[in-house]
This record gives sequence, C-alpha cells and structure tokens, in this order.
Amino acid sequence: MAGLAILSAFVLLAVTAPLLFGAPPALGSADAPLADPSWKYLLGTDEVARDVLALVAYGGRISLVVGFLATLISVGIGTLVGIVAGYNGRRIDTFLMRVTDFFLVTPALVLAILVASIVGPSLINVIVIIGFTSWPATARVIRAQTLSVKERAFVARSRAYGAGAPHLIRRHILPNVWSLIMASSTLTVATAIFLETTLAFLGLADPTTTSWGTMMNRAFVSGAAGLGKWGYVFAPGVAVSLVVIAFTFIGRAFERILNPRLRGRQADTGAIAHAEVVVVP
Amino acid sequence: MSRAYLGGKLLHALLTISAIMVLNFALFRILPGDPVRALLPRGIPAEQVAATRAHLGLDQPIFPDQFISYVAATASGDFGYSFQYRVPVTTLIVERAGPTVLLVGTASLLAIVIGIVIGTLAGARPGRWFDSVTVAASLVLYALPVFWLGMIAIMIFGQFGFPINGMLTPGFTPPDALAAIGDLAAHLFMPALVLALALIGQYALFMRSALVEVMTEDYIETARSKGLREEQVVIRHAVPNALLPTVTLIGINLGVIFAGAITLENVFGWPGLGSLIVSSVASRDYPVLQGAFLLIAVTVVAANLAADLVYGLLDPRVRG
Repeated sequence: MAGLAILSAFVLLAVTAPLLFGAPPALGSADAPLADPSWKYLLGTDEVARDVLALVAYGGRISLVVGFLATLISVGIGTLVGIVAGYNGRRIDTFLMRVTDFFLVTPALVLAILVASIVGPSLINVIVIIGFTSWPATARVIRAQTLSVKERAFVARSRAYGAGAPHLIRRHILPNVWSLIMASSTLTVATAIFLETTLAFLGLADPTTTSWGTMMNRAFVSGAAGLGKWGYVFAPGVAVSLVVIAFTFIGRAFERILNPRLRGRQADTGAIAHAEVVVVP
Repeated sequence: MSRAYLGGKLLHALLTISAIMVLNFALFRILPGDPVRALLPRGIPAEQVAATRAHLGLDQPIFPDQFISYVAATASGDFGYSFQYRVPVTTLIVERAGPTVLLVGTASLLAIVIGIVIGTLAGARPGRWFDSVTVAASLVLYALPVFWLGMIAIMIFGQFGFPINGMLTPGFTPPDALAAIGDLAAHLFMPALVLALALIGQYALFMRSALVEVMTEDYIETARSKGLREEQVVIRHAVPNALLPTVTLIGINLGVIFAGAITLENVFGWPGLGSLIVSSVASRDYPVLQGAFLLIAVTVVAANLAADLVYGLLDPRVRG
C-alpha cells in the first residue's frame, strides 16, 4: 500500500507538472543560478537558474515513461522467450536458455554503454537498449511457470481433444502466467528506471531532455555537491530511490499474493527474489 | 566433483566467452552508425574517408576476412590503438585495471564481512527489531544509485578534508613507503566505503535468508537437543552452511559490482577502467570500449564459473 501511495504521488506530480509549474522551466527563468532552497524555490535552482522542483516534476515524466516503455519491451521479449522455451522444451528450450544465460552473465551496464555510444544518445535509443538488456530474469520466471502449467491435467485434457499450440498457449498458458508477468513487470520498471538514471548520469542520454538521471549528471558536473547545494543534489536522487522502492514494494506484494510460500519470508526483496531465480536455475 | 559437472561448466563458460567475442565484433558492424564517420570530423574529402576505412581494415568483407583478423588479433591480446591516447589498448587497459581491482576488491571485502555479520545477527532472531531494521535499511540502500551516494559522501566527508578526487595527491612525493600507502588509503577511503555501502544490503539480506532457511533443518533441532546453547547452535552449526550461498554471491554479483565501480570512479576521479570507459564514450574511442567490454565480460564469466565450481566442490547436492 505504501508503494502504491508513493507511486501515485509521483505519477500525479508528473502528470500535473504543466498545471503546477506552467511550461517546462526555461534557461534563466529563476532569479539566480544555484540558489539555496527558499520559499519561492523550495528545492533551490540549478546551474542555469531553473526551479529544481519544477525540474523534478518534468524529469519524472521522462524517467517514468522510459521505465514503462523499456519494461514493455523487456517483459515482451522475456514472456515470448519464456513461453516458447517452456512450451516447446528440449532443443528449443536448451538453446533459448543458453541465450538467456548469456544475457544474464554479460554485464548489462557495460553492454548498454557500448551500444549507446555507437547508436548515439536519444530517448528512443535509451528505451530500446534498456528493454533489450533487462529481459532475462523475466524469461526465466515465465519459463519455469510455463513448464509447470503445461504438465497440469486440464492442459493435457485440452490437448487430447485436439487443441493446437496457439490455442493452448492463448487459452491455458497465458492466463496462468499472467499474474507472474505483472509481478515481473513491476520489478523490471524499477530496474529500468535505475538503468536510465545510470546511463544519463554517465552522459549517455539525450542532453536536451530532463530526466532524474540527467539532473544528477548536471548537478555533478556543475559541482553542486562540492558547493553543498543540498536541494539540487538530493531532489533527483530521492525521487529515483522512492520510485524504485515503491515498485519493489508493489512487486513483492504481487509475489506474496501469488506465492503463499513466500508469506513467511517477508524479508526477500523483489530484487533478491530475482537473484534467487538466477542463482538456483 | 564429477568430471561431467566440471566439463559441462567449463564448456558453458567457453561458449559464453565465444558468444561475447562474436557480439563484440558484430555490434560495430550491424548497428546503425558508421565508426569511420564518427571518428573523422565533418567535411573530410571522400578519398580520405576511404583511406581511413582501408587503414582500419573496414573495407574488407565482414565475413570471413574481418572476422578472422579480429579473432586472431584478440587471441593474441591485440585490441588495436586507442584513438584518444594513441597507445595500444592493451597497455592502457592493463594500466587502468590495477586501481579498479584495488577499489572493487577493498569494497567487496568490506561489504562481505560486514554483510555476513549483520545478516547473521538478523537471521538468528528473525522478527526482532534488529532484523526489521536490517531488512528495511538493506531495501533502502539497494534502491539508492551508488553514484548519488558518492555525491552525498562528498558533501558530508569533503568538509572534513578527506580527499575527494584521484588516487594520489598530485605533486606530493611521499618521503617513505608508509606515507605513500597512507596517501593512497586516504583517497581510497570514500569510494571504497560508498561502494561497500551499496553492496552490504544485498549480502546481509542473502545471509539472513540463508540462515533462516538453515535454521529450519532437522540437524539444528538435533544440535539443540544435545543441550548446546543457542549461540553455539548458530555459530557452529548454522552459519557454516548459510555462508556458502552468500560467498558464492560475490562471484555471481561481480557484474553488478563493476557497474557500481564504473559510475563511482567518475564521481571520485578514480583512475580506473570506469573513468577510462566514460572518457572513451565522450571521445568515441571504440577500440578502448571494445577492449574494456571484453575484459570485464570475460572476468564476470570467469567469476561465475569460479562460483559454480566452489559451490559444487563444497555442496555435494548440486554436483548433478
């Protein structure tokens, strides 16, 4: 519930940004650059004199959109690979899981940096790159569930009546892995926002857009940390952390509802649960 | 350990490394964006572009000519020349790997020791206040971007005169070895502490989970019924078995640790691979990026293999 509340607050802030703050803050629209927090500018201003609070609201739009769209790609690939591997079994399964393991073990950030430096920094590129590097955990979870659903009596019965693969997958497998897809999605959004922040901090996002990551990048480059500008340094980081925690909470809640065995073990974070999938395939 | 288990794991690792090499080769050739165009300034005559292309061997057929020369060069440790520094990539990477190993090693050691102690204290009595605080704190630490934590550390510790940039004080010639180590340690303090802080939560949670799981096993009940005190049961009987998955987590986690180090090195101006990678991104120094990616990926695969083997060696149940 706390997760949902935090998330709703940020979504609301991002959606109502134009109502609350007017147009996206232009260069030099505030009174002074790198001002300390005041009543007029609750979180201070950045190095080109823009209201930090307004930047956080507008930055949330980009960060959340990147998170959601990248997750759509990531979970799409993960679900496809997981169901195809789990449903077909044997050679196809072995091959697809080898590919999945390959992407699991390849350091995602370094790969993302490499690709981003070749294709150039743009919003679309960042979304696609994150989507294509963060799907393996989903694929593993979905495959495991598909394997178990496939063996259940009602699927065998349906097959005995002559149902083909498309029907079985659409009518029996998908509905039974759907809740798992949702749980996996919430955890992937957290990962995606995190990765966007990191890439943007390293200067691999479109410098003309404002996301929480590019804000942190500019706060660092402009030396705001050394100057002790708390508002400017803290705001984007706190926003990212809160949203990531919110998604992790929601993902964990999903998992607990789906898997009653986890209820006693309330400590496992979603990320750790993901890690366990990796450690014990 | 059975030969089949060992052979299977080795083969898998080799396959993965081959796939990484192929990916590294293919990325620059299939992705949109021409490295020669990116390399040269705008307005260069077409003949010169063609000459550069020929010089880099990019006018040859991609397969098999370019691929064979790439594999041959990589196998002999030749990654070409850095565009920005004009020295062999291998020399550059070897030089920068040292500081990264120092940073990653110190931080990992700190994190694993502290993480195991905290995880044990929390897992021995699940549900108590210390356990709840540990779980909550680990969750929060896990959600903080490590480079941001670094910026906060600069704001806090920078005021107390801790060095916040580089590995050694520029222009300072230490009178003896002790002073040199002291200077290095002062510079290492903040980045290592921040990186460790980002990792502690994971180790603590993992250790805690493993311990809680082990404590439900029958042999723990046996140990209790022998009349052992609870501390003895935990330390002598439960902890050794819970340690195993936690320690192998280091090997599995190395990719994440490197990722943290890359961003953090940039915050603290630490002259390692991470700083090299980011400055290479800015100057489109593709040979360096390729070399660094290959080195880090192979290291991570090797660490995973080591984790698998150690696990197989110590836990007979997974030898399969």
